[in-house]
Amino acid sequence: MSTIQTEAAVYSAVQSVVGSLHMAHTEWKDAPGLPDFSLLKRLARDQLIFLLEQLPGKKDLFIDADLMSPLDRIANVTILKQHEVDKLYKVELKPIVSSSDQLCFLIRPRIQTVKWISDLVNADKVAGRFRRYKIIFTPQKFYACETVLEEQGVYGDVTTDEWNFYILPLDDDILSLELPEFFRDNFLEGDQRWVTTAGSALRLLQSVYGSFSKVYGIGRCAKMVYESWRELMEDGEQRTRQPEFAKVFLVDRDVDFVTPLCSQVVYEGLVDDLFRIKCGSVEFGPDVTSSDKSIKVMLNSQDKVFSEIRNEHFSNVFGFLSQKAKNLQTAYDKRRGMDIQQMKAFVADELKGLKQEHRLLSLHIGASESMMKKKTKQDFQELLKTEHSLLEGFEIRECITYIEEHINRQVSMIDSLRLLCLLSITENGLLSKDYRSLKAQYLQSYGIEHLLTFANLRQLGLLEEQQAGETLTVMESKVGKLVNDKTVGKLTDAFSSLAKKSNFRALSKRLALVPKSGEEYDLRVPRDMAYVFSGAYIPLSCKLIEQVLERDGWTGMEEVTRMLNGQEFAVTGGSSSSEARSKTDAQRIVLVMFLGGCTFSEISALRFLGKERGCRFIVVTTAITNSSRLLEALLDNSA
Amino acid sequence: VSRAKPEDDEYWNSSKFKAFTFDDDDDEFSRLKESKRAVNSILVDDDDDEEEEDGVERVSWSGEPVGSISWSVKETASSIRSGSEQSFPKIDTTPSLSKQGSGYSLSSLFKGDLYDLSPEETVRRMQKGRAFSLEKFRSLQDKLLLLDEAVAVYDGNLITAVLIYLKKSLSKEILFRELMARDVALRHYVHYLKEMGEQKLLVDVHILLMQYKEHLNIKDEGQRRDFLKSCLGLPFSQDDATHVQDHYTLLERQIIIEASDKKADAEIFKKFPRKASILNMPIITTLYYSCFYHYGESEGTYSSPENIRKTFRISEKQYILTALGARAKLKSWFDVDSLFNTKNWLGYTKKRSPIGFHRVVDILQKNSAPVNVLQEYVNLIDSPELKLSVALKYKCHDIVINTYRDLKDRQELVVYREKLERDSPEYRKIQELLNNVQIRWKN
Repeated sequence: MSTIQTEAAVYSAVQSVVGSLHMAHTEWKDAPGLPDFSLLKRLARDQLIFLLEQLPGKKDLFIDADLMSPLDRIANVTILKQHEVDKLYKVELKPIVSSSDQLCFLIRPRIQTVKWISDLVNADKVAGRFRRYKIIFTPQKFYACETVLEEQGVYGDVTTDEWNFYILPLDDDILSLELPEFFRDNFLEGDQRWVTTAGSALRLLQSVYGSFSKVYGIGRCAKMVYESWRELMEDGEQRTRQPEFAKVFLVDRDVDFVTPLCSQVVYEGLVDDLFRIKCGSVEFGPDVTSSDKSIKVMLNSQDKVFSEIRNEHFSNVFGFLSQKAKNLQTAYDKRRGMDIQQMKAFVADELKGLKQEHRLLSLHIGASESMMKKKTKQDFQELLKTEHSLLEGFEIRECITYIEEHINRQVSMIDSLRLLCLLSITENGLLSKDYRSLKAQYLQSYGIEHLLTFANLRQLGLLEEQQAGETLTVMESKVGKLVNDKTVGKLTDAFSSLAKKSNFRALSKRLALVPKSGEEYDLRVPRDMAYVFSGAYIPLSCKLIEQVLERDGWTGMEEVTRMLNGQEFAVTGGSSSSEARSKTDAQRIVLVMFLGGCTFSEISALRFLGKERGCRFIVVTTAITNSSRLLEALLDNSA
Repeated sequence: VSRAKPEDDEYWNSSKFKAFTFDDDDDEFSRLKESKRAVNSILVDDDDDEEEEDGVERVSWSGEPVGSISWSVKETASSIRSGSEQSFPKIDTTPSLSKQGSGYSLSSLFKGDLYDLSPEETVRRMQKGRAFSLEKFRSLQDKLLLLDEAVAVYDGNLITAVLIYLKKSLSKEILFRELMARDVALRHYVHYLKEMGEQKLLVDVHILLMQYKEHLNIKDEGQRRDFLKSCLGLPFSQDDATHVQDHYTLLERQIIIEASDKKADAEIFKKFPRKASILNMPIITTLYYSCFYHYGESEGTYSSPENIRKTFRISEKQYILTALGARAKLKSWFDVDSLFNTKNWLGYTKKRSPIGFHRVVDILQKNSAPVNVLQEYVNLIDSPELKLSVALKYKCHDIVINTYRDLKDRQELVVYREKLERDSPEYRKIQELLNNVQIRWKN
């Protein structure tokens, strides 16, 4: 059966390349090197080619819009042409114009798309036209999709396959499942369709890069993913290989909604907020390029300028770039007074590099300028001030007034929503009268159909009205002082079933997420992960990771996990020899999987943490997210 | 098979499940009816003998064999089929059916086994993509055990798979009754129906909003209005009912305004042609529009700002902000002025604003108000620090200079002078102040 056979193909391919794998990093330096993830691309490409060959002859290929960029990262048109792909189309759910006798569809397993394909097939039948159809679902197929084929009477006319393209390496330390819908499906709709997918992604990593000595996690989904992964490993062959990662940390996005709702101020995060980085690449418009055309640029560690500023607080970037520019000028200036020989050497050895750097430098300077302009225009400073007040729990009335005016003036619909959500989470819900009045004003300003958006936000606990039972928390904390932790735990369990509360204020206090105000914070010499938010807030998600790694588990964090609604776990991996290897470098690589998306600010924070602790983090995420993406996924204001 | 029996008995005897039986005396009959329904819904031949096999065919869920041999088989099979193709072909039992994949023919080999599998084993097979059969899960109890098992392995794909089977083989009422007690499964089912566009099947209260959402699919504004009207009867919460009512009223008004403004030939429409229709715009946008094109109309007309303000209970603050934006855009400084004028009982006019005057200045500045207009409002800012910083930001020289003078801050004045053009009136004003020996500077 296809699943098994294709996977067998993948794993035999794995074995053939695995031999060469360890060579790349036999010597560890202070910070451990990272595994070579380009292998994952090769595997995905090989399987795709294999699948295309299952439909010999010329064929037209229809690709889901959101698969095009990921596909670009692992294959190109030449490769597709080599395997007899004639024309390429984007799936647009409209009637098609194709004269080919064979149609191949490379799609995500979505009912809507399959319905569209069924319609095409049925239209062909009515027209008496014979073609061959193949659907390649990626990363896997769903029963519900096949049922559509069956219901539409085209099951059998259309053949189906799976392309197990689970993971796309976006950079040396970022792996993405490229499944933005994971967030809404899992957390809003409560549909667990992607749980197995995440488990399979972990299995793939384990098969290629070796097993893990310890797994930690928090969140309902994290727990399920772990279970699914364990099941998969039990079924499959056991590989006893030197592990390449020491530890794995699984975290649900809904454990920490505050972090992705904050404005990003590290360079990479800011670029993502303003220009939207898509699949590791960004399109800079004319305002950045200072020409009349846009440029698409890859943003990763290959870009030498970018890799130096990506994790920096934006306020440092200007200084850095102008210093770079000066250095560049000096390097160019060397040409003066050179004789012919020197000039020749200069051109041969340095000029190309300089020109490359020049190009990158002017691009990032252009981007910084444009970002500065945009941010000034929207009174960014005032916005940040409000965010920081909310995080700190300071002058909440003023914050509400600010948000209200933001709404009244019909400024950015998403920003208004973001501030409302931040207010609600940090305050454990809004007072009834505030909730009603802000909601009414929001609907007046941005359209009444946002009723649906509010229902969604409420369901997720992102924007809530305080219930009459709110006093429970007070009582609970009082009880907490009288009885031991265990009893409180039980009480809390009972309460949390009533309403899932964010408990942000208490968590923030407990974990010291918000530094005391008034303290100077030198952003050029960050002292902790708070620098990614101008020293105002340490991302909760990253703080949890830090604490758990430090304690090697959740011991001593009972109160914290209780406030996060429990669901934490720590499991020691199968390999008993892990003790012996605890000193090897592999033990200093930690894989963090974000279920429901992760922001660039979090990645920057983890990179910082890694440097501090002499370890490296590899981020696996279902998708890169930010406040706009997160909230847009919850909008329901269009058909 | 044996393990299902006692449970079956328990099930039929327990009153809890009574609602399900179509005929209390004859469960065989109900089973027959049920399977007939299941069979009918899957478009198979009438031949009862084939039922089991077709059942396997239907639910077997595994991919195509990827080996080249099975492919070539399939190719020939499909080319055979194409010869006798009809517009609505029936699935037949000729060998061409095997083109659906060798997994199916294999599965028929151990069909007996498939029928003996427990819920756990069945779910395991499903997880691994092997052939399986759900047809043997006939009793409600067995169906629910199967569902619970799928939920227990956290695989959303399988949960939905089982639900699709339950949807076909259980009545809507029973299915919903059972799902109400199974939150995870319920959410999967709701999501599945939403994706299938079958939300009408949903009876849950949450779903009211889904029904309301339907309006987004209606393009024609008249029809959309009528649909919204029909939504007014839905049992929304009091709060949401008000919003839905507003939505209907808004669209109704917009349709009237649009019809008349489309052919309007008033001066304002010629001077500032409309860029888009007002249909389906938010309330505040509509208010802005009416402040722009229909300012000063009597409250009796639908298009007047006053009418909109009253109808949609718009706060004073919101009204002022919107009207200010619209009138400033038109550079009607007189209108702007009168927005803030209030007369006290002595008849003096005084400027009052529900929004901070720094915000007013902000909006005026964004609409390129001249300096004299700006200055007037900067002067109204309460806090001296804020006033100064706003004045600095927008270069209201007089105010800056007067503030420093009042603060007796000579040094700041000197600094500020340097930023000004030499011999400009402001420059000279500072010069005069600095030369004034009457002032006691603090520095």
